Amino acid sequence: MADAKAPAAPALREIFPAIPALVPGAMAETKSYVANDKIQESLGFPGQLAENWQDTHDAVIAKMGDLLSKQRALKVYMDACVHCGACTDKCHYFIGTNDPKNMPVARQDLMRSVYRRYFTLPGKLFPKLVGARDLTRDVLDEWYTYYNQCSECRRCSVFCPYGIDTAEITMAGREILDSVGYGQKYSNEIIAKVHKIGNNLGLPGPALTNTLEGLEEDVKEDTGLDVRYPLDVQGAEVLLVTPSADFFAEPHIESLIGYGKVFHAAGISWTLSTKASEAGNFGMFIGNYEQLRKIALRVREAALELGVKRIVVGECGHAWRVAYSFWNTLTGIGAGADDPFAIQLQSQLDHRYKQPMHICELTWDLIQQGAISFDKAANDHRIITFHDSCNVARGSRMGDSPGGQFEIPRNIIRAVANHYVEMAPGTTHEQTFCCGGGGGLLTDDLLDLRVKGALPRMEVLQQVVDSHGVNFMATICAICKAQFTKVVPYYGFKMSMIGGVHQLVSTAIRLGDK
Amino acid sequence: MSLLFAALFYFAAAVLLIGVARKIVDYWRTPAPLLIPTTPAPTTQGGVVLRMFRELAFFESLFKSNLWIWALGWIFHLSLALVLLRHLRYFTEPVWEWVAFIQPFGMYGGFAMAACLAGLWARRFFVERIRYISTFSDHLMLLLLLGIAASGLMMKFVAHTDIVAVKTFFLGLLRFDIQPLPGDGPLYVHLSLVALLMLVFPFSKLLHAPGVFFSPSRNQADNPREKRHLSPWAAKLEAK
Repeated sequence: MADAKAPAAPALREIFPAIPALVPGAMAETKSYVANDKIQESLGFPGQLAENWQDTHDAVIAKMGDLLSKQRALKVYMDACVHCGACTDKCHYFIGTNDPKNMPVARQDLMRSVYRRYFTLPGKLFPKLVGARDLTRDVLDEWYTYYNQCSECRRCSVFCPYGIDTAEITMAGREILDSVGYGQKYSNEIIAKVHKIGNNLGLPGPALTNTLEGLEEDVKEDTGLDVRYPLDVQGAEVLLVTPSADFFAEPHIESLIGYGKVFHAAGISWTLSTKASEAGNFGMFIGNYEQLRKIALRVREAALELGVKRIVVGECGHAWRVAYSFWNTLTGIGAGADDPFAIQLQSQLDHRYKQPMHICELTWDLIQQGAISFDKAANDHRIITFHDSCNVARGSRMGDSPGGQFEIPRNIIRAVANHYVEMAPGTTHEQTFCCGGGGGLLTDDLLDLRVKGALPRMEVLQQVVDSHGVNFMATICAICKAQFTKVVPYYGFKMSMIGGVHQLVSTAIRLGDK
Repeated sequence: MSLLFAALFYFAAAVLLIGVARKIVDYWRTPAPLLIPTTPAPTTQGGVVLRMFRELAFFESLFKSNLWIWALGWIFHLSLALVLLRHLRYFTEPVWEWVAFIQPFGMYGGFAMAACLAGLWARRFFVERIRYISTFSDHLMLLLLLGIAASGLMMKFVAHTDIVAVKTFFLGLLRFDIQPLPGDGPLYVHLSLVALLMLVFPFSKLLHAPGVFFSPSRNQADNPREKRHLSPWAAKLEAK
């Protein structure tokens, strides 16, 4: 297991970007904890692998056939790869670990080799020739190991000439593993908590009320004003759905404070919801459509119950991908539906606004309207850079035109602070590196992987620290924030240099006189 | 021998057409339950067509990835296209004007194609990462294409084949009227390898050609908030 050796940060590469030499098997022993039968069964998955290997074998192949018939992406991606190698040096986990199975194509081939053997003619006739292999217990273990070393960040898909998205294959891999009783503890435990308590961190309603009251007191002490952090307010205009880490984790909570100040300053009535006290949706990470949908439906229910006109999402990368790209499909939160299920909700929403809307879109709109103003000098102690979060960058959009997801957060930072620096091109925007902790890997049993996976981001952060004295890396993702605060000390940075965009907003926003 | 090759080509053409058509229908029918374009992505269908065109015409994503792979791959495909178009003269009578026009370019295409294939193959030996991911069939595919290019060039520049007779043979095939094929070593090799390529096409990584059109990360418009996207099997969940 991972804790056998203490994680250590790899040395920054001197010639950047150098392509690492392969170290086969380097991460073969780094295996995330397996979910126990209680967790598995609570999600409707088998508790554990069947006693008889043949049963598991048959179930895996059957599930794979099922997914191939339901998901065009998987089917096309299994066939289309030509092993050109364009993706081989693009994954942060490969760069940080040197393990060749962390090259996107090799990660795909773990499944493709089995696909070829059971679903294609040449693989059935000449397995050796086409790199096809029988599904064995070792193969399944390898799937578990390496499909839990992918953060589903889609960086490889940017560079693939056919757009093959390893995230889709990782999701399918995890879905198959779950379906035969071989789930990952971290993700599945969290999904169980969402269903049972309402959020990933397991904060029950009363604790949430307490936390928010405490927050109001803190902000009052700080600003002398009654900025409200309302919960379950019937008839509020905006329902804010935010990652539960925002309720108590540092630096996440600073951004939550910021959202509240924005609503306060703009005079928008808003509420949080106990039922939807979590924007995160780990159903995506495990590639399970039913879970993805079930978790998303909580937000629909909360919106219907509270009668809100707008749904806004806080700073969370994968949550925004799910909200932006999938909510309309899963729950009808969006526009343009012609079926009763979606119309029920869409007729309630105010379509002068985007549905759902990212908190950055909301804040930027208000800035453009002149509805909120800032004392930029309040952020003068910070020299800021911005880390694009993978799911926002490559799986979503903000604003009206492609690339708005890059411009809007940067526009906000420039509007609230005087010192802003970009990191090296090729490591930002759609080519951004994952923080190293996304996709259901933000667990201590994978700390070694997380530290190593952060390497490429740390290298370019070091550059702007050296050249411009950057002391603050802003990001709009709860996982990025948690991951970076944990791993930057391994690279000699201070935890406090990580924070949210709305933390910067919070520092500079003018409240009193509005 | 003429009969044998005629049968071979009818068979290979049938396998190619039916095999690829079946795959396309299969891709077409398989639902894409969620919108997963790799963003930033075009927001309209017109934009998607443009993105796909850039991808097909210029290998845009590959260009972003690695200039060496891009140059070798792009020039290879361009040359291959030229060479294929040049070969239209064996199937048309009279030869279309533009096909006649590109004949000399197609010849250079043949050399460029062989050179790029050699370069692509060299990567599979000398670049550690590429060596690691290469399967035996990856090597064979390059060998096959290189064999086709080399045998083709040989007939042009080393041992001339009676191409008028070859043309008569292929025009005959098109009319189901089998004509004699010249008895010629390089020609037999060339034609056998081409038939083999046609046969393996629907079962191999050559499916990247139809596949790229069906790749959801490239062919979907980025408009999930504006329009509800629901696959048939997912819609059934709502009926429950």
